[in-house]
Amino acid sequence: MAAGVAAWLPFARAAAIGWMPVANLPMPVAPTEKNKRQDELIILNVSGRRFQTWRNTLDRYPDTLLGSSEKEFFFNEETKEYFFDRDPDVFRSVLNFYRTGKLHYPRYECISSYDEELAFFGIVPEIIGDCCYEEYKDRKRENAERLMDDQEDNKDAKLPNMTFRETMWRAFENPHTSTMALVFYYVTGFFIAVSVITNVVETVPCGSSPNMKEVPCGERYTVAFFCMDTACVMIFTVEYLMRLFAAPSRYRFMRSVMSIIDVVAILPYYIGLVMTDNEDVSGAFVTLRVFRVFRIFKFSRHSQGLRILGYTLKSCASELGFLLFSLTMAIIIFATVMFYAEKGSSSSKFTSIPASFWYTIVTMTTLGYGDMVPKTIAGKIFGSICSLSGVLVIALPVPVIVSNFSRIYHQNQRADKRRAQKKARLARIRISKTGSSNAFLHSKRNGLFNEALEFTVRPEEQRLSKSTSLLESQHHHLLHCLEKTTVSAHALPEPNQSTNHEFVDEQYYQQSYLEAGLQSYPSRSPSLSSQDGVTGTCCTRRSKKHHTPLPNASAPAHMQPLTHTHQQCLQELSTIHIQPLSTSRSSLNMRVDEPAPLNCQSSQITTAIISIPTPPVTTPEGDAHLPAGPTHQNVVKVSAL
Amino acid sequence: MLNAIWETEGLQTVGIVVLVFASIKLLHLLGLISFSEDSVEDELELSAVRHRPEGLEQLEAQTRFSRKELQILYRGFKNECPSGVVNEETFKDIYSQFFPQGDASTYAHFLFNAFDTDHNGSVSFEDFVMGLSILLRGTIQEKLNWAFNLYDINKDGYITKEEMLDIMKAIYDMMGKCTYPVLKEETPRQHVEVFFQKMDKNKDGVVTIDEFIDCCQNDENIMRSMHLFENVL
Repeated sequence: MAAGVAAWLPFARAAAIGWMPVANLPMPVAPTEKNKRQDELIILNVSGRRFQTWRNTLDRYPDTLLGSSEKEFFFNEETKEYFFDRDPDVFRSVLNFYRTGKLHYPRYECISSYDEELAFFGIVPEIIGDCCYEEYKDRKRENAERLMDDQEDNKDAKLPNMTFRETMWRAFENPHTSTMALVFYYVTGFFIAVSVITNVVETVPCGSSPNMKEVPCGERYTVAFFCMDTACVMIFTVEYLMRLFAAPSRYRFMRSVMSIIDVVAILPYYIGLVMTDNEDVSGAFVTLRVFRVFRIFKFSRHSQGLRILGYTLKSCASELGFLLFSLTMAIIIFATVMFYAEKGSSSSKFTSIPASFWYTIVTMTTLGYGDMVPKTIAGKIFGSICSLSGVLVIALPVPVIVSNFSRIYHQNQRADKRRAQKKARLARIRISKTGSSNAFLHSKRNGLFNEALEFTVRPEEQRLSKSTSLLESQHHHLLHCLEKTTVSAHALPEPNQSTNHEFVDEQYYQQSYLEAGLQSYPSRSPSLSSQDGVTGTCCTRRSKKHHTPLPNASAPAHMQPLTHTHQQCLQELSTIHIQPLSTSRSSLNMRVDEPAPLNCQSSQITTAIISIPTPPVTTPEGDAHLPAGPTHQNVVKVSAL
Repeated sequence: MLNAIWETEGLQTVGIVVLVFASIKLLHLLGLISFSEDSVEDELELSAVRHRPEGLEQLEAQTRFSRKELQILYRGFKNECPSGVVNEETFKDIYSQFFPQGDASTYAHFLFNAFDTDHNGSVSFEDFVMGLSILLRGTIQEKLNWAFNLYDINKDGYITKEEMLDIMKAIYDMMGKCTYPVLKEETPRQHVEVFFQKMDKNKDGVVTIDEFIDCCQNDENIMRSMHLFENVL
């Protein structure tokens, strides 16, 4: 029931008195309104802009935030108003919904921000009024397509545990993933071209022998063409069977368009093999050869433009249908008119109405072959009207098809552009993530610094702690607690020291990893590569410290579980960092649970750090850290951006 | 000889063309074909009325509502009908929303006529508020009077069986199809018979206002139900 109509309920109830004299049975008791309070104005303060409305207005929709008691959570006691820290522009539409009962979607508003506001205020978008619903749905669809393109880009990541079948399927679908696939792609493309050219050249009359008339090449060099055809069909068959084997759902694959094209391309050959003996059906056999030309459609796997064209035609099916229908109507009308106009003239080519169809079609499409021309004046007049109207009728549905094609084409272009920019985008993501992990390591250093000095200099500690905001310090404290929580699982050479794991930078980690000689160990977290900040200080310090209790031969054995948990810690860090960044940008959803091979090569980005010569400070926590060579002390790296 | 052929053909063609155009013009003149279709909307624009009700004090004096109640009523009224008047279509729409299962348009039509006391085809705020005042705050006499006015479709002072049957059918239409027990064709008719038996004292086939009021005042159920909606506003 619409909101405004609720205001009329008292009227409808009052009008029910009209039924009373007619009714035979006693009426039920009316519900009484307890604590009926007077209508009051309430103030809604949305980011500073004050909206005022009657309380009853908001009560019209009790299942939304403003209509229910949920708004009490936002009540500000001092100012006696409800404060919402949201966008006031979108709130206008929300409040208008309560007032008028119709939800409107403003065109200039971003669709996702609008959706978020609606979700916040508990309003279902489906009740958007008819005036704005089309626009809303269109924008939403566009947005979804855009996001879907982003998702698809991430699909290219290779899972390590793919079966052979899955690998093959992936190679078929995305040729740029491996060189094998690329080779296969080009080879099949080449053979399709060869096959098509063979078909064409077969019919060209080549060199006449002195005794015979001109024969097409196909009949002259039968064996050669047959061998060529056989080779192509062999390749196509093998390809089709391989695709069939690799397809995740064979039934669905067999129903897909491309597979049907494949089958149609190779079937005539096999049928021809079977049927060459029978003379009667050789005519049909010749017809079958026509189907060989369908091999050219196999190119659509290789060309994206062809796919777009096909998709456009499919999506414009109704416009094309309308075009066909209107053309048919016009053809019949004009053919009839021309026939009767030309009936009188002698030796007229317009012998019947179907015979006039040809003239009409040729004229309407402005071809004008000239094999049939009207001779009477009436015929000429109607003929000219026919050609003019032909131009109009054909020109009308074409813009619709064109705009559809343009939309799909631009979408594809956008997807390609995004793929190209993906690298730069990932780089930007890495920098921002590095920044935050840097901050943590940096503050940890300072923190450790402070812990050592806390009983000495108070102001210094305060000064240092002021450089980080409250949020950051709390975050760092959290990560610190996490470090403390993780305990090494194995006994270590120094049992009197409690050991735990710590967050380190990637450089240090890589070095130690390489030294441990555990290159084959599958490491986790793609965001490892993002932690490119090197605060060499803490690690060098620690490495320097623990150089003395040089690990014996047993250390490498212990390193394995340590590195594993290391990765987990680092991964934890990265997961923590990822969440705040990527809540709204789906493209940044790096799936951290997806293990990726550690790229031991140096990452593209390193940030500048300058290590400070560290005083030999004993740290309260011991580390069972991996020894590292003294090579990366006092290292200065320059940003390679 | 060729000239002769061309002449005849030319004349034929000209004749055909002239005939076709003349017939089109004739049809246009007769108004059967219209080439431009914007003539209808111009009329509608002018007839959109803006009605402003009388002042609050006057309405307060004429009805039994307090100032605040009138304010609330007017706000709801104006919200749904920004132009200030309700025409029958809007009225039917609004009323139908309360009875989604059935067809409330017939009853809404009768109700509209009952509210539209000056019979000008639209219910202004004054009409609305007067009607409500009677229904919610009026005496029993006034309410019964109002109900009689509702049933008396042609406002001649008598309720005939046909009028009552119309009203009854309209009420049953509002129920819709999905009822238990299933509504039969003769249910409204039977109901009307019962009503007339009760109301028509002198059995002359019509119910007058006095018979109606008398009978209702003697019926306990009806009396009790008249007080049902008193606290609506």
